[in-house]
Amino acid sequence: MRLYWKYLKIHFKSQIQYRASFFLTLIGQFVTSFSALLSIYFLMSRFHEIDSFSLSEVLLCFAIILMAFSLAECFVRGFDRFSAVISNGTFDRILVRPRGEMLQVLCSQIDFSRLGRLVQAVFVFSYAIPASGILWTPEKILLLILMIFSGIAVFSGLFVIYAALCFFTTEGLEFINIFTDGGREFGAYPLAVYGDGILKLFTFVVPLALVQYYPFLYLTGRSNNLIYFLMPLIACLFLLPCFLLWRVGVRHYKSTGS
Amino acid sequence: MKSLRKYKSLFRIRFNAGIQYRAAALAGIATQYAWGFLNIMLYVTLYRDHAASFPMTLQAVVSYMWLRQAFLTLFETWSMEGDLLDAIVNGNVAYELARPADLFSMWYIRCLSARVSKVLLRAGPVLFIAIILPAPYGLTLPANPVVFFGFLGTLVLGSLVTCASLMLIYILTMYTMQPQGIRIAFNSLSELLTGSLIPLPFFPEPLSRILELTPFAAMSNVPFRIYSGDLAGAAAWQAVGLQVFWLLALLALGRILLAHALRRTVIQGG
Repeated sequence: MRLYWKYLKIHFKSQIQYRASFFLTLIGQFVTSFSALLSIYFLMSRFHEIDSFSLSEVLLCFAIILMAFSLAECFVRGFDRFSAVISNGTFDRILVRPRGEMLQVLCSQIDFSRLGRLVQAVFVFSYAIPASGILWTPEKILLLILMIFSGIAVFSGLFVIYAALCFFTTEGLEFINIFTDGGREFGAYPLAVYGDGILKLFTFVVPLALVQYYPFLYLTGRSNNLIYFLMPLIACLFLLPCFLLWRVGVRHYKSTGS
Repeated sequence: MKSLRKYKSLFRIRFNAGIQYRAAALAGIATQYAWGFLNIMLYVTLYRDHAASFPMTLQAVVSYMWLRQAFLTLFETWSMEGDLLDAIVNGNVAYELARPADLFSMWYIRCLSARVSKVLLRAGPVLFIAIILPAPYGLTLPANPVVFFGFLGTLVLGSLVTCASLMLIYILTMYTMQPQGIRIAFNSLSELLTGSLIPLPFFPEPLSRILELTPFAAMSNVPFRIYSGDLAGAAAWQAVGLQVFWLLALLALGRILLAHALRRTVIQGG
């Protein structure tokens, strides 16, 4: 943990050196998700509700996913960038060091400019939390925090899968974007709006609905089922197969040479 | 005639380079397919509850989404020619200037050929699957041959406008020397205003009518809506007129800006 903290500080210092570039990317991240926000606003102002969810509820959903995604992208970026580590042979160096390889990959990249989206999420939260009409009891606040953390877990798991597959393919497989970037884009709306089939996919294969849709029903008072409250914790189990795939990948690893 | 051949072979070289990346194309197709499908499901749900306040028919929206996915690489604004931007920033643009061809035409051809080669690899499979899908989810065929040729013509015009607007980004980079800022701003603006996030008719009322007049609306918006018959008759002709107008205006602006930028360019030796 102390080692991680040290890496965190190093990355922060090195990125803040190129101040102009850092802030430009930060603003860029902010602006990009702003047009997504506007398009949600335009659609909702025409139709007022989607699948019985109101604008402020959709925005709450949007903010939860956006916050989880931007935190995951900031801190787990090393896995997102992992194909480069494999193809230029840096992974050999990681293997010979007396520390866990996962920790090292985690520390290899921490991209603070990715937090531009986080700023946006905070803004949207500050509007949606009071506007959603939810009575914020301690239990619901806890649930909201759980949702965000389990969201980070699921997105991180996806990044780990993406990286683990690089052991077999060397190149990154872009299709995982459907779940990472796609999860971010389409997770703005409660996942049930895409129909039953998609909801099942996001429940049993990539458990994004356990982070977002089911606990959201509880959060907005549509359901009192305690299972829904616990769903985010179940979603965190998603990390297990991801780690397992990573282990298999490491064992399978053959160096690409220098 | 001879100069035309020069640009034709330039097009062919770039085109051949572009169609080499087949694995990337396959991954891209899968992503585009999933993306389109999720988007369509969203509109199907909206239509189920709010059919009355829909500004387009559901069938037109679905066709719009599939066409957008199929022709994404022709109209998207985030990928630019990386080595051209690098050349501008690191000074290698001097070599470009030394070539016996008009700089603007050369870059324009490059931009266009990269896009055409990408789209030829990807459009087919997406369109094929989209057409065989069942009724509310699939791409319907155009009503008659006239509509189809209208679609093809405006598709060409739209991609010409897209490239013309991207030329401005290259040229502005010659002034700022930092491409990221303009690119990000231009990209997120155009994603919204071309109607690639939500189709323009879904914007609030006075806004959508104003946006129809911008160069952004002259890109993918026109062909995709002509295809499904959402734009027809006088409105379609007006849209085509705007496309031609913006194409000429952007090309003229690009040439003027480039001439100005080159006049103040100092190439340092080395």
